[in-house]
Amino acid sequence: MKFAVVQFPGSNCDQDCLAALRGIDGIEADYVWHKETSLGEADAIVLPGGFSYGDYLRCGAIARFSPIMRAVIEAARAGKMVIGICNGFQILCEAGLLPGALVRNRSLHFVCASVNTRVETTDSPFLQGTTVGEILQIPIAHGEGCYFADETTLRELNERQQVLLRYCDAKGKITLAANPNGSVENIAGICNRERNVFGLMPHPDRACETRLGSRDGVKIFQSMLHSLGAIEAAA
Amino acid sequence: MKVKVFVTPKETVLDPQGAAVREAMQHLGFTAARDVRIGRYLEIELADNGDVAAQETKLRELCRDLLSNPVIEDYRLEMPNDKS
Repeated sequence: MKFAVVQFPGSNCDQDCLAALRGIDGIEADYVWHKETSLGEADAIVLPGGFSYGDYLRCGAIARFSPIMRAVIEAARAGKMVIGICNGFQILCEAGLLPGALVRNRSLHFVCASVNTRVETTDSPFLQGTTVGEILQIPIAHGEGCYFADETTLRELNERQQVLLRYCDAKGKITLAANPNGSVENIAGICNRERNVFGLMPHPDRACETRLGSRDGVKIFQSMLHSLGAIEAAA
Repeated sequence: MKVKVFVTPKETVLDPQGAAVREAMQHLGFTAARDVRIGRYLEIELADNGDVAAQETKLRELCRDLLSNPVIEDYRLEMPNDKS
């Protein structure tokens, strides 16, 4: 399986993503510079974390107009898996590939911490290898990770089970204290209606080594690998 | 020719920055400050010889797509001839 890791000026988790992906058997990964117009043979696309364009104007607001984004939008519409991590999530929202927006953390603080997130549904290529209610321990590091969506959008997200991960406590309870940034309904990650585009604030790329405290991030990338196998077997 | 764009957070969106500034104002004795909302202000200098109507159309498009995010923000575009 081939992953394309998109590099924007100001991306800073591109190397984390590449290293994490290459560490998983069966996955190849390469960078694609944001000025490129093609994603080549990639089966899946990663928009990594960082501060694309210095977060000027709004996080992800300028990156969404990078030349490569036309190819990313096309790939998403064609059903390819797209995962946006942290700044990548912000870019996906700005690009309209995911509903809602990410705004300044309610505390106004940049939060860098290991958090627990609860799997809300396994019905997506990104979490099919997990179980509902399973807790994934993954770090976050952001100043603008407070997920916002209006009531209508929120209702739709819940009805269609598009919320894939919520911040929770160590026992899996969704509590105010476990919400690190003020996200509405503790939302940590969502997918689109078609379920092939996933955005999340936590960094699975930083949770792929036991030495770094958690390997739960591997579960997400491995789910993608197995999903692709299933898609290809069905074709 | 100068165009002004005001971008403000929607009423329904929390503005923790505004809340922090309001608190600071109250600490400084200005208890009349009930609510503070922080937005963004842009000045755009236009070339003088353009088709203003066409520029305004394009600017509105840019306000919607780039300068503001309609999910969380409203914008107001002020063209130089606006009397308001």
